[in-house]
Amino acid sequence: MSELVIEGLRAAVDGQEILTGVDLTVRSGEVHAVMGPNGSGKSTLSHVLAGRPGYEVLGGSVRLDDVELLSLPAWRRAEAGLFLAMQYPTEVPGVALRDLLRASARTSDDADEIERAMVVEAGRIGFEEKFLERPLNVDLSGGEKKRNETLQLGVLRPKFAILDELDSGLDIDGLRMVSGRIEEATEEYDLGVLAITHYSRLFQQLRPDTVHVFAGGRIQESGGPDLATELESTGYERWVEPAAAKPSAATLPEDPFADPLG
Amino acid sequence: MTDFSAASARALAGPSWLVDRRVAAAEEFAATAMPDTGAEEWRYSPIGDLDLDRFAPGAGIGDAPMPRLDIQPAALVRTVNGRVVAIDVDEELVGLGVHVGPLVDHPDGAERLGAITADAGDHFTGLNDAFADEPILVDVPKGLVIDRPIVVTHHAAGDGTAAFPRLVVSVGENASVELLDHHTSDDEGQILVCPVVELDVAPAGRLGYLNVQELGATTWQIGSQLARAERDATLAAATAAFGGAYARTRADTRLVGRGAHGDLLSLYFAELEQTLDFRTYQDHLAPDTTSNLLHKGVVGGESRSIYTGLIRVRTDARGTNAYQTNRNLKLSEDAWAESVPSLEIENNDVRCSHASTVSPVDEDQRFYLESSGVPPAEAERLIVAGFLAEVLAPMPVSAAAHKIRSGIAAKLARQAEAAAA
Ligand SMILES: Nc1ncnc2c1ncn2[C@@H]1O[C@H](COP(=O)(O)OP(=O)(O)OP(=O)(O)O)[C@@H](O)[C@H]1O
Ligand SMILES: [Mg+2]
Repeated sequence: MSELVIEGLRAAVDGQEILTGVDLTVRSGEVHAVMGPNGSGKSTLSHVLAGRPGYEVLGGSVRLDDVELLSLPAWRRAEAGLFLAMQYPTEVPGVALRDLLRASARTSDDADEIERAMVVEAGRIGFEEKFLERPLNVDLSGGEKKRNETLQLGVLRPKFAILDELDSGLDIDGLRMVSGRIEEATEEYDLGVLAITHYSRLFQQLRPDTVHVFAGGRIQESGGPDLATELESTGYERWVEPAAAKPSAATLPEDPFADPLG
Repeated sequence: MTDFSAASARALAGPSWLVDRRVAAAEEFAATAMPDTGAEEWRYSPIGDLDLDRFAPGAGIGDAPMPRLDIQPAALVRTVNGRVVAIDVDEELVGLGVHVGPLVDHPDGAERLGAITADAGDHFTGLNDAFADEPILVDVPKGLVIDRPIVVTHHAAGDGTAAFPRLVVSVGENASVELLDHHTSDDEGQILVCPVVELDVAPAGRLGYLNVQELGATTWQIGSQLARAERDATLAAATAAFGGAYARTRADTRLVGRGAHGDLLSLYFAELEQTLDFRTYQDHLAPDTTSNLLHKGVVGGESRSIYTGLIRVRTDARGTNAYQTNRNLKLSEDAWAESVPSLEIENNDVRCSHASTVSPVDEDQRFYLESSGVPPAEAERLIVAGFLAEVLAPMPVSAAAHKIRSGIAAKLARQAEAAAA
């Protein structure tokens, strides 16, 4: 049993604080859904957890069992068992998925074993084998990119996976197979999941234990799977700060360019 | 400059037509001023550092170890300091009229040598004209398709040597052949190599030419690659450049017949204090001609790369498609890549484009790999090899691709060592 413990995590981009104090614990085998408005900082959270350069951590901690991840470079975090499926996977020209998997510190040195795992995992999510030869994400459709991310996850067998809108771009069958694959991983090897999504359709196969509402750079409320259904009808209005909402006429400053005669 | 005088050109062996040709070239060379960086063509080069007095033509002739190529060639020629030391040609090809060997042994040798060099090349093409000891001719007769590559290897040896390898490739109408031209030199001593290769493709002929440059670390190369493609001919001319202290290749490609096509590819990787220099001309003289130039290179350490290229579309060349792309990856702060593509168009009915970039390894690509557990040094190696893969894949003589890949791998390993130190 492993634990990913995020405490008081605060981070900024370009001097602007985006994460304002995230507290969240994910245990092996658990599925945590994170839902929240556009621009609330969900992808930022995923990047800061994975160690992407360009973010300034202002405070807090992220521990995978006894290891403080924030002090490790990205590849060491992955080696320790963290996986990130990006919302917008990066194209890497000329580098094939097998090159990445062979070079990863999480896989064995046995090239044949990696090859077999790739073929098996591709079959499980309906990813045609011809895509295995393509350079990473180059000329892949949106849904193909998401399958490619899922295949990586299947071969790398992380302890915890952060899935940033893994469902976006996938067709109906793709969504079923990909979310089914993740659900199986939570049973097969106790994968813990932090699934960022906008739509509860993801949860038909991948059953969340907890649903979190993420707004203003932190978790505002947590609940059971019913919370996701509720959000579908209510939206996020209650958690959006008034300042970010449409300013009312009363708060508008006096218009210096107004026509004095008008 | 006494060693490059007309008298020393006259002393070289050969039939009288060749001796006369050499002497005329030597006289012209002597009468022309050495180029300097004041000339646009040499602007970014270290040409001012070249002291010809330190060199003598053809010195120190000896044999050299055969480079390991792991290719079963249809024909093999090896030269050391511009002189043939070995020839091995498939008997069947000889029977079919293929010539691979000294140009002077071919009945039309005198016409073939320099047939396409008039108004092309530079000062050092002229120096090769004067001192090329034993020009080689590869002549593939009309209609013949050769399915295995022909291999020519050149080695330059000995401190103070100036070597002038000369290779003339003549592909007959509708004939097809691939050729690997491999250049090496000693890893020490002052060596100057001025190779000239002429690529002449007759109507509907197809030539795949690959130059692999693995010169020693202290060698200077000032080379010329002069090509002519006639009606509906297809030329793929590629260079993989790794070695040399300063290594320059000037490539003139002339598309002289309607529908002629040229793929001009180059891959380079400079390290330490190397300078790799490419000057290209894509010259469209006939209608409906196409040229596609892609040069991709990596600069590490304190090295430099120079790319200057010109697409020239002549008045008659309507329907031309010409593309010119140069991309550079900079692995260190101190590395430097100069990239100057340009166009000169005299016809309106054309499609031309040029692009050039110089950039460090992409941070997002790096993160994508690292976030899957790939260590940083390994991630950089994958990205760099992937960057070069785009230009390596379409190169001719695919049997030599492994050689180029190991050249890249050796460079990357040294980059990683340097970074770790
Ligand atoms: N490099 C950056 N510079 C400045 N602001 C940034 C940068 N990257 C992100 N932001 C801002 O940070 C905020 C959070 O962005 P983030 O991508 O984390 O949102 P999100 O919750 O994932 O949104 P979505 O649901 O649309 O994916 C946004 O307002 C965004 O504009
Ligand atoms: Mg997002």
